[in-house]
Amino acid sequence: MVERRPWLSVLTHLVLISGVLLVAFPLYITFVASTLTLEQVLQVPMRLLPGDQFWANYTQVLGAGSTRGSAAPVAPMLFNSLVMALVIAVGKIAISIISAFAIVYFRFPLRKFFFWMVFVTLMLPVEVRIIPTFKVVSDLGMLDTYAGLTLPLIASATATFLFRQFFLTVPDELLEAARMDGAGPMRFFFDVLLPLSATSIAALFVIQFIYGWNQYLWPLLITSDESMYTAVIGIKRMIVGGDALTEWNLVMATAMLALLPPALVVLLMQRWFVKGLVDTEK
Amino acid sequence: MGAIAINNVVKRYGRGAKANQVIHGVSADITDGEFIVIVGPSGCGKSTLLRMVAGLEEISEGQISIGGRVVNDVEPADRDIAMVFQNYALYPHMSVYDNMAYGLKIARVPKAEIEARVQKAAAILEIGPFLQRTPRQLSGGQRQRVAMGRAIVRQPAAFLFDEPLSNLDAKLRAQTRLEIQKLHRELGVTSLFVTHDQVEAMTLAQRMIVMNAGRVEQIGTPEQVYGKPASSFVASFIGSPPMNLLPGIADGSRFTIGTGAQAVVLPLPGAAPRPGALMLGLRPEHAEIQPEGRWPLMVETVEMLGAERLVHGRIGGASGLELFTVRIDATLPPPRVGQAVHMTAAPDHLHWFDATTGLRVGA
Repeated sequence: MVERRPWLSVLTHLVLISGVLLVAFPLYITFVASTLTLEQVLQVPMRLLPGDQFWANYTQVLGAGSTRGSAAPVAPMLFNSLVMALVIAVGKIAISIISAFAIVYFRFPLRKFFFWMVFVTLMLPVEVRIIPTFKVVSDLGMLDTYAGLTLPLIASATATFLFRQFFLTVPDELLEAARMDGAGPMRFFFDVLLPLSATSIAALFVIQFIYGWNQYLWPLLITSDESMYTAVIGIKRMIVGGDALTEWNLVMATAMLALLPPALVVLLMQRWFVKGLVDTEK
Repeated sequence: MGAIAINNVVKRYGRGAKANQVIHGVSADITDGEFIVIVGPSGCGKSTLLRMVAGLEEISEGQISIGGRVVNDVEPADRDIAMVFQNYALYPHMSVYDNMAYGLKIARVPKAEIEARVQKAAAILEIGPFLQRTPRQLSGGQRQRVAMGRAIVRQPAAFLFDEPLSNLDAKLRAQTRLEIQKLHRELGVTSLFVTHDQVEAMTLAQRMIVMNAGRVEQIGTPEQVYGKPASSFVASFIGSPPMNLLPGIADGSRFTIGTGAQAVVLPLPGAAPRPGALMLGLRPEHAEIQPEGRWPLMVETVEMLGAERLVHGRIGGASGLELFTVRIDATLPPPRVGQAVHMTAAPDHLHWFDATTGLRVGA
């Protein structure tokens, strides 16, 4: 809006500030809880100022884990999550960019059919095909392996579709110019198409990294060995049911740790990410 | 070595009965070092023809050879040609230098030679200061030069231009036209230039190929095409404002346009080449407004163009039949709108075309 009225700008700031508070306050509570002792956390109401247990809590979860529930250190879990998120993000991008390249730039029999087959799987969320997928992965002996964690999640209709749409906006004359210059299809792909897709790739990487990092149901199903837990599963396993007391301060510390990498990825790639989503200049 | 022979080339899209034929047997011989302009209205197949020479479109029938070698099945990169595209098609992520060097890198030309060739082309085109910029940081005219530079560094046997000036503003277009002419004089490379703009065609061409609806209407020098159009299409397409064309019936030295009560008989300065249905053509600058003229014209509008005026009217009185335009010197007193004036024309300025085929009749 171009209107300049003082009370309007006060109002907009009020709305924005309350929005920020709404989003940030639970995060703050999580942080505060992760710096308290278990007794302090369980007090009602919980105190709203950070305690002095920051170092103790974080070193404990990273190195040893919770003493109750499943007692596994969180550091390897973070590593597992990182491997899973990275492999899924990179794998998805690699597979879908070359599929889109094939669909857009090559004429082969059943091209439309293949595109629509890929497209139709967009409508099937992981949950729908999770039982048959589990069966396949378990028959292949991939339970409790990185391959089992990542492979089934790599195929991506969304990313293929996004790259296809992007390639369709690249002017044909660029391909023709490359042909005149003597560049073969793969050369065109690596020298022209890939650099042009850089911002789209960055945007997809951010989205897919977070997607991979936040996977809950799938790793929960196929990991039974503590050494293969991801951070998200680690949090779940720390929460004990029944009469036992959950160490909420440690759970919150783990949650803070699990939150950091995706936040870092977003912060570091923000510029590219936004560019990739809004950039129309070719 | 840069001669291009186009022999009975046909292009059709699709197959069998549903095939859509867009080029119906085009032939042209282009000698080495010639500047040829292919001109025609949009959709006449001129770009398709150029793209077939470039190798970007398959040739359905016929043969194209470059430098004596049949290239029907040769990849674009191996045809020894370079192309300048309408929207330049520069690689947006590469610097100007890399844009120009890319083809040479792929061809594995030694680094030192690439550098030398790019620097030389940059000097010719005066884009030396921009070599490290990306196309995005350049103006339209500069991008256009880079696109030409990319063609020059390959030292091809022929340049192909696909409407390279249509994205420039009028002033820059005129300037670039001169530069392309200069470039052609310096390099002497065979050039094939496609445009829909007949001014561009007239000014650039050594010979021009006028195309219409997938066929060649006329091949000739600008003087030939302007002075002796081979068909009524060429007559109306080349020249601005276009040639006046009057359909009618010739009978000795009389030419009747219109029928019945509206019929107007124009006395001719000489005999028509043959009696019967013909089309009479006269360029606006070849008609003169004179009191003793015997062709009546009812003036409808007068346009002032600076050095000259265009007088538009209807021939044959107020109820008027055919539109007719006369170009007169701006220093002459202009006729008033609504005034009836008379015109004369010299016999050797009259063009005759067949009423049905549109082909030129007589000399």
